[in-house]
Amino acid sequence: MTYATARETSEGKVFTVTGGDWDTVVGGTDPLHDERIVVNMGPQHPSTHGVLRLILELEGETVTECRLVVGYLHTGIEKNLEYRTWIQGSTFVTRMDYLAPIFNETAYSLAVEKLLGITDDITPRTTTIRVLMMELNRIASHLVWLGTTGLELGAISMMLYGFREREYILEIFEMITGLRMNMGYVRPGGVAQDVPPEAIRKIREFLAMLPRKLKEYEDLLSGQPIWIQRTQGVALLDVTGCLALGVTGPVLRSAGLPWDLRKTQPYCGYETYEFDVPSATTGDVWARYEVRVAEMRESLKIIEQCLDRLKPGPVMVADKKIAWPAQLALGVDGLGNSLEHVAKIMGQSMEALIHHFKLVTEGFRVPAGQVYQAIEGPRGELGAHVVSDGGTRPYRVHFREPSFINLQAIPAMAEGGLIADVIAGGASLDPVMGGCDR
Amino acid sequence: MVSTTPGPVPVSQPPAGATSGAPAELPPASGAGKGMFGVQGTGDTSGFGGLVRRETEVASSTRPYGGWFDDVYDSLQEAFPALDDAIEHVVVDRDELTLHIVPEKILDVCRVMRDDEALRFELCSSVSAVDYLGTDPRRLHVAYHLTSMTYRRRVRLEVAVTAEEPYVPSVTSVYPTADWQERETYDMFGVVFTGHPNLTRILMPDDWEGYPQRKDYPLGGVPVEYKGAEIPPPDRRRSYQ
Repeated sequence: MTYATARETSEGKVFTVTGGDWDTVVGGTDPLHDERIVVNMGPQHPSTHGVLRLILELEGETVTECRLVVGYLHTGIEKNLEYRTWIQGSTFVTRMDYLAPIFNETAYSLAVEKLLGITDDITPRTTTIRVLMMELNRIASHLVWLGTTGLELGAISMMLYGFREREYILEIFEMITGLRMNMGYVRPGGVAQDVPPEAIRKIREFLAMLPRKLKEYEDLLSGQPIWIQRTQGVALLDVTGCLALGVTGPVLRSAGLPWDLRKTQPYCGYETYEFDVPSATTGDVWARYEVRVAEMRESLKIIEQCLDRLKPGPVMVADKKIAWPAQLALGVDGLGNSLEHVAKIMGQSMEALIHHFKLVTEGFRVPAGQVYQAIEGPRGELGAHVVSDGGTRPYRVHFREPSFINLQAIPAMAEGGLIADVIAGGASLDPVMGGCDR
Repeated sequence: MVSTTPGPVPVSQPPAGATSGAPAELPPASGAGKGMFGVQGTGDTSGFGGLVRRETEVASSTRPYGGWFDDVYDSLQEAFPALDDAIEHVVVDRDELTLHIVPEKILDVCRVMRDDEALRFELCSSVSAVDYLGTDPRRLHVAYHLTSMTYRRRVRLEVAVTAEEPYVPSVTSVYPTADWQERETYDMFGVVFTGHPNLTRILMPDDWEGYPQRKDYPLGGVPVEYKGAEIPPPDRRRSYQ
């Protein structure tokens, strides 16, 4: 068996070495490429905010390639909506992004109202309550973001604090809607239930409490060397990158473009509230942290203005062909029909019973057409593309979920960086997989 | 062009569940407040009164479109001289502008929409589709929602293709954000975006068969027992229109 051919030259005998394993012999001495491995991060990794799978190609600790796999939480909400009435849609969309249920409901309700042509008929109290609930929800969502990101970057106490204060908001939600999450509270035409006075008191307590807590969080994190090192200059994404990848929300604002739909394309009367749009210029995880904390303060300002504006009035449109007929009341087991109302329709008014029955079983009709309604969710532009064929059920509902869109930016932020920064970068996008996969 | 008469349904007969969501009759022409319950004919609300899907058609709006819609159209025409060949309909409805584009031209139109100084639709907010089974022979409509941050405007582009030849040029070279959204549209509707770098399923498993968001794809589900009675899955329940 010959390993190499030999020939005589003027220099002496020369061997030409060939063979299939020559590359491996050379590669064996390469200290860098020797460590190239592919790592599956997730889908059940604690830092993936649900079930997100990242396939990372690593050279040492450097990420050379990053691919994302989503879809593990796909529940077919958009398909299901086509088989339910327009009102029932609220209970489905609220379950998409489970950290921002009020936003999902509001986007959906605004879109349906636009299709119905009743946008101007929505009562002022309804709109104020919607804004109030959205801003409370924004704070709750940002608190979860702060808590989980703190946890992932080593500040475990931040997680405890963040969830503790969020719990306070969930209690407010429970007081108002009967449920802590997935409330189905904002509905086409109005909201399900008026805000009780005790909830207002609780919100006022919350307004007095949170600024102090935010200060505590900043005292805890902002000067922390580990927090600084793990966030500053990490997972950069500039405005160009954000726009190309469709990234909106706090991430876009942290890169320097103060694009906030509440200001730029106002809805729900946001143009009449006084608040600022925080932005930063560095476009790193640190900037996203600062923007989100500042946004919580701005939300507090909006909530305070909401409370001042909350004048008594109806919380559902006057049109009885659309307004949900039931008078709801909070019972011991949550929100349900008020017994008074049931007694009336069952005992006194046959017409009211028929009307109730028709509206609940058939639902109302929505004139044919399509609309796109975008609102500023905690994670960016939350858009609802709603199509009606004139029937009592949505023909098609598509949600432009910011989590889904923003996740595309992870490879752009992670490739070329360290594996530890994948966690920081991914967390800074604040993805919620329930919303991403729908 | 979009036909006003329903063409032959290009698939096998839809399963029973797929049509249960369809309204029984044409709703009255009036708006909200009158005839919302749509009682016509016998007024049968048993849910078994013969379910028919209603026909719709795309009706073009006429100039002037109103507000900045005319500006956008004129600017697009100026920047894209062959617009008349690329555009099928212009629809203004509920304060929203929809441009129905010839599928082959969507990429060129998107590039102009993004780059022209008078248009500047920098952000592609959403790419999705709607299945108009039975009402349009080109049943799959892909809808692009473009946002101009400079001018604070939104525009919807729509292209229509058949289920047999569901080919639409990918706009990922103009809007990289369309990557996942086109994958989702392919996953859910079977629209093939030619030129897409990695057109694979994204939400459903890779080996899934069929396109779940199409109207002839049944919702599925299993019967549920509740207090001794069996409740059929949602798409098989008796439905009131």
